[in-house]
Amino acid sequence: MAVKKNGAQTVQFDNPPILLASGSVVGPKEGEGPLRDYFDIVLSDDLYGEKSWELAESKMLRESVKKAVEKANLSIENIEYMFSGDLLNQLMSASFAARDLAIPFFGLYGACSTLTESLSLGAMLIDGGYADYIVAATSSHFSSAERQFRFPLEQGTQRAPTSQWTVTGAGAAILGAYGDGPKITHVTTGKVIDFGIKDPNNMGAAMAPAAVDTILTHFQDTGLGPEDYDLIVTGDLASIGKEIAEEMMLDKGYNIAKVYNDCGLMVYDTKTQNTYAGGSGCGCSAVVFCGYIHQEMIKKNLNRILLVSTGALMSPTSSQQGESIPSIAHAVAISND
Amino acid sequence: MDYIRAFIVGGAICVIGQILMDTTKLTPAHILVIFVTSGVILTALGLYEPIVKLGGAGATVPLPGFGYSLAKGAIKGTQTNGLLGAFTGGIQSTAGGVAAAVIFGYLMAVIFTPKTKS
Repeated sequence: MAVKKNGAQTVQFDNPPILLASGSVVGPKEGEGPLRDYFDIVLSDDLYGEKSWELAESKMLRESVKKAVEKANLSIENIEYMFSGDLLNQLMSASFAARDLAIPFFGLYGACSTLTESLSLGAMLIDGGYADYIVAATSSHFSSAERQFRFPLEQGTQRAPTSQWTVTGAGAAILGAYGDGPKITHVTTGKVIDFGIKDPNNMGAAMAPAAVDTILTHFQDTGLGPEDYDLIVTGDLASIGKEIAEEMMLDKGYNIAKVYNDCGLMVYDTKTQNTYAGGSGCGCSAVVFCGYIHQEMIKKNLNRILLVSTGALMSPTSSQQGESIPSIAHAVAISND
Repeated sequence: MDYIRAFIVGGAICVIGQILMDTTKLTPAHILVIFVTSGVILTALGLYEPIVKLGGAGATVPLPGFGYSLAKGAIKGTQTNGLLGAFTGGIQSTAGGVAAAVIFGYLMAVIFTPKTKS
């Protein structure tokens, strides 16, 4: 019997997994952003000594895992499972990083929702008693995503004002069955939502309904509300999607504006950094969470947060065939109590 | 005066492209194809020749100018070689541009590696 299931889509943990440590690696542009002081490693060159951006992304992911493991005072051998994914074909960054780290590996594709997808599954594994330590990690890289989903970098294409800037960054979080730190209390798994938006230059608008659906379901399943959180933070809706999400939540009777923010708006200074609507990518919520949010929770400036990473599940093929953008959002509730 | 006319005609063609990019969902590749084919069609209808007379390089250098060369070459080829000329003429008259694109594209690919954007 599913005794830990709470409502339609939420799991409430009996033995809440502990967020032991996290590591973050970012590119030069992110290192100039408002959260620069919160990142473990800031690269001066986004090739990171590799011969391609894809390999650089994989190295960032690997190094973020190593950093998190080191900060948790563990060694790689202690980590029993790695849940990880990225945006590249066949999860190149995650698979190659897992090859080098030699941790038993579950590869996940949730587009930019991968951080909360991997945290959700990892947390369930720990609460279920199947592991003591796991790592949840994800990455994205502006240049590898650009040629995977948009145009070759050599092509001097103009960007649409609604477009977002893929974060060059990787974040890894270690969850443990024992130890000190913030605890994961609930996980709400999202459904794939599609409002028929087809413009790949406006992913925030496509993903906002998915974020709203998951946050609403979380409130309904748990009986919690915006007043129970210090921060409700979506992954990468950026300026347009954030506005839509706020309005949709208000229509449903929840005013989240006071505690609501979006990682895509936190990671860059959109006024001076030329990032149009804001940041996006798996790395967006990963570096904001593993950098800024986790450290603020340790300092007790934030005590109860709801992290809702959002993913646009289109493929380059579906975009070329004129299909709409299916989207997903997974919520993870983390508390210092 | 030639310079001013070229500037205005070439600029007008680019403004059309910019308006399409800003107000429609067309990608740059769509606009490229639309511009070249509209150059061919306008030339075939006899509407592009006056624009070239007015704007000179302002009309022949932008993308519709490539369509203009294709159409003119095909028409000329048909006059000298019949139906086969309709196929060979367009490529003959644009061979310089096509070969230059291939050669310089190749050279640039050999010399440079793509850089990230900031």
